[in-house]
Amino acid sequence: MKIHSSATLPRSTDPAPDKHSNRAGNGPFPPSSPGSPLDALDRRIVVAVQEGLPLCAHPYHELARRLSVTPEEVMDRMQRMLELGIIRRIAAVPNHYALGYRANGMSVWDVPDERVEAAGRRVADLTFVSHCYERPRRFPDWPYNLFAMVHGHTRAEVEDQVGRIAALLGADARAHAVLYSTRILKKSGLRIDAVTPRRKED
Amino acid sequence: MPDVTREYPGTELDAVDRALINTLQGGLAVRARPYAALARDLAISEDEVLRRLRNLLDRGVLTRVGPMFDAGRMGGAAELAAMRVPPAELDAVAGLINSFPEVAHNYARDHEFNLWFVLAAERPERIAEVVVAIEAGSGYPVMRLPKRREFHVGLYLPV
Repeated sequence: MKIHSSATLPRSTDPAPDKHSNRAGNGPFPPSSPGSPLDALDRRIVVAVQEGLPLCAHPYHELARRLSVTPEEVMDRMQRMLELGIIRRIAAVPNHYALGYRANGMSVWDVPDERVEAAGRRVADLTFVSHCYERPRRFPDWPYNLFAMVHGHTRAEVEDQVGRIAALLGADARAHAVLYSTRILKKSGLRIDAVTPRRKED
Repeated sequence: MPDVTREYPGTELDAVDRALINTLQGGLAVRARPYAALARDLAISEDEVLRRLRNLLDRGVLTRVGPMFDAGRMGGAAELAAMRVPPAELDAVAGLINSFPEVAHNYARDHEFNLWFVLAAERPERIAEVVVAIEAGSGYPVMRLPKRREFHVGLYLPV
C-alpha cells in the first residue's frame, strides 16, 4: 500500500489553485471563526461535501450551484484544502466487512517511552498497518502507548500480522493486546454544523 | 444496530467493481469531471462508473465517496476515547454516544474496554464538553486517548 494518490498528480485542464481572493464583488471571505484556517466559503464547502461528493458527472458544478459560487471557486478551494492537508484525500471509504475483511484488529503495544518514536516509524512502514499512533498510557487500566490497526480476512491472518509486528519490536514490546471490532456502531466521519460553533454570530 | 459479523448477501463484486474500489481508495483528483478520468483508467464509460458507485453505496459496500478531513488541520481536534460498560448496557450507552454529531465513528470491541469511538470537532474545547456529557449521561468514565504522534494514516483494503 502507501499508494500514490491520483489527487497529487498534475492536473491538465483545471485552473491553477493559487488565487482564492478575487471573486467578483466579494474580495476575500472572512475567517469562519478566529484562528481557523477555513474562511466562510471553505466552511460552506466542507458542510456541503462532508457526507460525500455529489454522484454526478460534474460534482463540483453541482456543489457550486448549491452554494451560488463558480465551479472554479469550489475546485480551487478543494485543491487548496488538499494541499494544506485539511482534506487527506478524496476517496472511497469502504465497509471493511463487505469487502471481506472480517477481522479488524486494533493492536496495542507497551513500548518504552524513549523507544516509541523509532518503533512507531518502523511499525508504520509495514504495508498491512493502516493507522499507527502513539497515545498516552492510562494507568492502571491501560498500559499501552503504541497503536497499530491491522485488517485481514480471518483472525489467523491478523494474528500473523501481529506476530510480524511483535518480531519487529522484539524486546521493545513489553506487552501487547489485540482488540477486534465486533460491531460497527457508527461510521459517519467528521460532521460540522452548518452554523459556525462560535457564539459571536451577528 | 448492525452486527458486523453478519453476512453481506448480494455483495459479490465483479472484476470491474474491484478495480473501481481499489482505484478509488487511492484518491480522486480535483477536476471538473473526476469520474470521467476514473472511467478512462478502467476502460468503462463515465455513466457506468456512476451507476456502479451508486450501487456499491446502496449495498453498503462503500460507506461514502468524498473528502476525508483532518479535523486538526482544520483548526479543530480529533480524539480516540474508550469506555468499559456492562454488556447489557452497551447498546444504550452506544446510543447515547452516537447521538452526538461530534462522534465520527464508534466500534464495539472484544475487550474489557468494549466501546471505542472517535470524537472530532471544529472547536477543540468541544471534545471535553462531549466527554463530560457522555460521562454524565451514562454514569461511566470515558478514557481519553488523544494522539501524541501520528506515524501513518492510510487505509487501503485491496479486493
